[in-house]
Amino acid sequence: MRIVVVGYGPTAHRLVESLTGRGFTGTITVLGEEPRHAYDRVALTSYLTGATLEDLTYPAPEGPATVRLAERVTEIDRDRRVVVTAGGHEEPYDVLVLATGSAPFVPPVPGAEHAFVYRTIDDLNAIRDAASGASAGVVVGGGLLGLEAADALRGLGLATHVVEMAPWLMPRQVDEGGGAVLRGHVERLGLSVHTGTGLNRIEPDKVVLADGTEIDAGVVVFSAGIRPRDELAFQAGLELGERGGIVVDDAMRTSDPAIYAIGECALVGGMVYGLVAPCFSMAEVAADRILGGEAVFTGGDLSAKLKLLGVDVASFGQLSGALDVTYMDPVAGVYKKLFISDDARTLLGGICVGDAGPYSLLRPMVGRELSASPSDLLFAGAGGAGLSGADFPDDAQVCSCNNVTKGQICTAIHELGLTDVAGVKKCTRAGTSCGSCVPALASILAAEGVALSKALCEHFEYSRPELFDIVRVRGITTFSQLITEHGRGRGCDICKPAVASILASLNGGHVLEGEQAALQDTNDHFLANLQKNGTYSVVPRIPGGEITPEKLIVIGEVARDFGLYTKITGGQRIDLLGARVEQLPKIWKRLVDAGFESGHAYGKALRTVKSCVGSTWCRYGVQDSVGMAIALELRYRGLRSPHKLKSAVSGCARECAEARSKDFGIIATENGWNLYVGGNGGFKPRHADLLASDLSDDELVRTIDRFLMFYIRTADRLQRTSAWVQAIGLDYLRDVIVGDSLGICADLDAAMERHVGGYFDEWRATLDDPDKLRRFVSFVNAPDTPDPSIVFETERDQIKPVLLEVTRA
Amino acid sequence: MTIIQNHPETRTGTATAWTPICAHADLLPERGAAALVAGRQIAVFRTFDGRLFAVGNRDPFSGAYVISRGIVGTRGEEPVVSAPMHKQSFSLVTGMCLDDPATAIPTYPVRVHNGTVEVSVA
Repeated sequence: MRIVVVGYGPTAHRLVESLTGRGFTGTITVLGEEPRHAYDRVALTSYLTGATLEDLTYPAPEGPATVRLAERVTEIDRDRRVVVTAGGHEEPYDVLVLATGSAPFVPPVPGAEHAFVYRTIDDLNAIRDAASGASAGVVVGGGLLGLEAADALRGLGLATHVVEMAPWLMPRQVDEGGGAVLRGHVERLGLSVHTGTGLNRIEPDKVVLADGTEIDAGVVVFSAGIRPRDELAFQAGLELGERGGIVVDDAMRTSDPAIYAIGECALVGGMVYGLVAPCFSMAEVAADRILGGEAVFTGGDLSAKLKLLGVDVASFGQLSGALDVTYMDPVAGVYKKLFISDDARTLLGGICVGDAGPYSLLRPMVGRELSASPSDLLFAGAGGAGLSGADFPDDAQVCSCNNVTKGQICTAIHELGLTDVAGVKKCTRAGTSCGSCVPALASILAAEGVALSKALCEHFEYSRPELFDIVRVRGITTFSQLITEHGRGRGCDICKPAVASILASLNGGHVLEGEQAALQDTNDHFLANLQKNGTYSVVPRIPGGEITPEKLIVIGEVARDFGLYTKITGGQRIDLLGARVEQLPKIWKRLVDAGFESGHAYGKALRTVKSCVGSTWCRYGVQDSVGMAIALELRYRGLRSPHKLKSAVSGCARECAEARSKDFGIIATENGWNLYVGGNGGFKPRHADLLASDLSDDELVRTIDRFLMFYIRTADRLQRTSAWVQAIGLDYLRDVIVGDSLGICADLDAAMERHVGGYFDEWRATLDDPDKLRRFVSFVNAPDTPDPSIVFETERDQIKPVLLEVTRA
Repeated sequence: MTIIQNHPETRTGTATAWTPICAHADLLPERGAAALVAGRQIAVFRTFDGRLFAVGNRDPFSGAYVISRGIVGTRGEEPVVSAPMHKQSFSLVTGMCLDDPATAIPTYPVRVHNGTVEVSVA
């Protein structure tokens, strides 16, 4: 069978993907008008703020598809079943699919020829060129795409105005109250909003609104709706709707059974759909039908969850009802409204602005009885009101993008033995498009009683402590040996760093030695901390927070000479940020020459031991907290562990070093030291528990040695000491490491002695090894060319990264 | 799949242009390298079984050019790299994000020629 597709946008791409994915074996020829591959129009705006065309371009589909670009089809000869292109090329078909999309609607106002539209890469290039000589811009249309365009103009540095004919923004998605809150968000970003008025005329450098308002603007963009591209179908004599659009049945067939129409050019059930999800559904239906299936298009779900100009906007179901319940917080800019049947029991629809939290769990409940009072659902969010995946009926549509019901998800969970969200996504496609239903998927998994496996990941059936024992008992020294003998595949970003940590804890050596280098997360691989713009930060060790003026000066000079941002950390150290990979060895050469060593801020390892000034200076201090902190930091530096380790030593009970928020904290007493363990700041703060009191220096060190080594052996991957101590119990921990109830203390002590004896500074060792230094290049074929994507601006006299454009949230 | 790029100036002579990147021995197994080719950032990987892959270096989730620094492994049979910023996995074969199939990074032809790794971004 020969399939010819006219048009190569996202819908056509989805059709080809679906056909080849279903094993279609004939030929597919795609004729695209644009001189480029199908690209993601939903993410179009990112093109103006740094994303490249290649970033937006869809991956080429595999299989028997031929794509002919810059080929405009000018004629369909239905009798001979060929299409004819502008260049005179004839392409014969057995099945023809029209995916010609839509064209932006340009209102017939005087001067419209000066305006731009917002649909293709070429449109955006033209807007960008025009913006370079302008200071202000106007977007006509305050709907979804209009706000996208406004964001783009704002990003191009223009003072931006939005003109919307309706009384409020996004009239198709939100009601008046939601529109008002949305307007507040948009205006706070510095945009000007003009609602309830249209355009009178466009003059060069000026726009005049219907109400007489004049706006100086060099760039005008129309985003006031779409018109189906149906001219080919018209010429071929296919049936069209009264106001345009190629009429199709629920199998996406036009009035000629050999010709299908899908996407924005199609008129199905009297509607033209401009959202991507229904267009994708049409592509799936057409693919199924072409291959002999029975799929039908059942009407598009117009639910939408978006982030526009940084604001969450979502709507679902019907946007009116007998009763409604509204939650509004004008200070936070949050507006949520649910529409309910007149008996107040059935959910009909909803609107969210500023917080789309309820969307995922409430959208599948449309048309169903509510399990909690509407105000509880709105105020506390769906989760807070106890609504979960268990409450969804089997036919509730959980993923509207890919039309997956709860029943289908449950069937897949049980028949395929799925155990996690990733598995559900892969096997059902639920959650794979917009992702807004992912929380609901997790909730359904939990409701189905899926027991979470202890397996570290798909490559190992074992937990981290089990792998630790395997490596230790069998004397394994490489990842390859471990995965060959005890796992499968070639590992991933979960098991590789975990095994790297185990190997480092047990065998010592350099983390970049041989095969180990390939296991390390980027931080350990470059011995620095990755920051959001692809640069790294550098933290030299400053044991106990004590530093000489000379060393302080060196840090200042290095930061100044390399143009780094400097900040004092919470751990009494100095962070130098903004270093490019090729700068790291040069920076560290200066630091190492001045007597600094790695601070392991990049590793799951001991970070810092903070201290107060202690009895040496303080009127209240009872012990030398600085001296003890330095001794402990030097003893445990470089120790790799399941997660980072933080510590502090306070010189008296006033606790100025905040030791009880640390993994191991020490507080001086008149008689010695109290040792607290399992504290944590961070996401779930927890005070450390008292493990032992009034210890001598030697007793303190020995107890900490055993605590750390027992933790390293038995904790799960990324389990902080706080969770670990709670899991095993403080009394059990004390029995093991103080009472030696398992008889392993000598072993733990010996392991720590090996660590202390084997320590070396891994940055100095790296500088001494040309092989390890080879990784520190920006580009392997242009080692000294700085990454051109790394750009800084100035804030409070220091550098800061220029925000990067994100294609996917 | 076959691509026919119908630019008037390139309608004929569509021979692939290869750009040398580095010696094959310079690529560590299961580790990536970034290369700058005609203004584009490419991430080149050598997997454990010796195969080579080239994909775009830009992480679409963070916008940073860091894909070459991700951990290389497998998901099922598929060779993957995980973005170092927030750990989404991308197929090295298709560029598709396995955690979000609507997202992908570009892929490029890559080969070894006389011991030199070459990519084509034409």
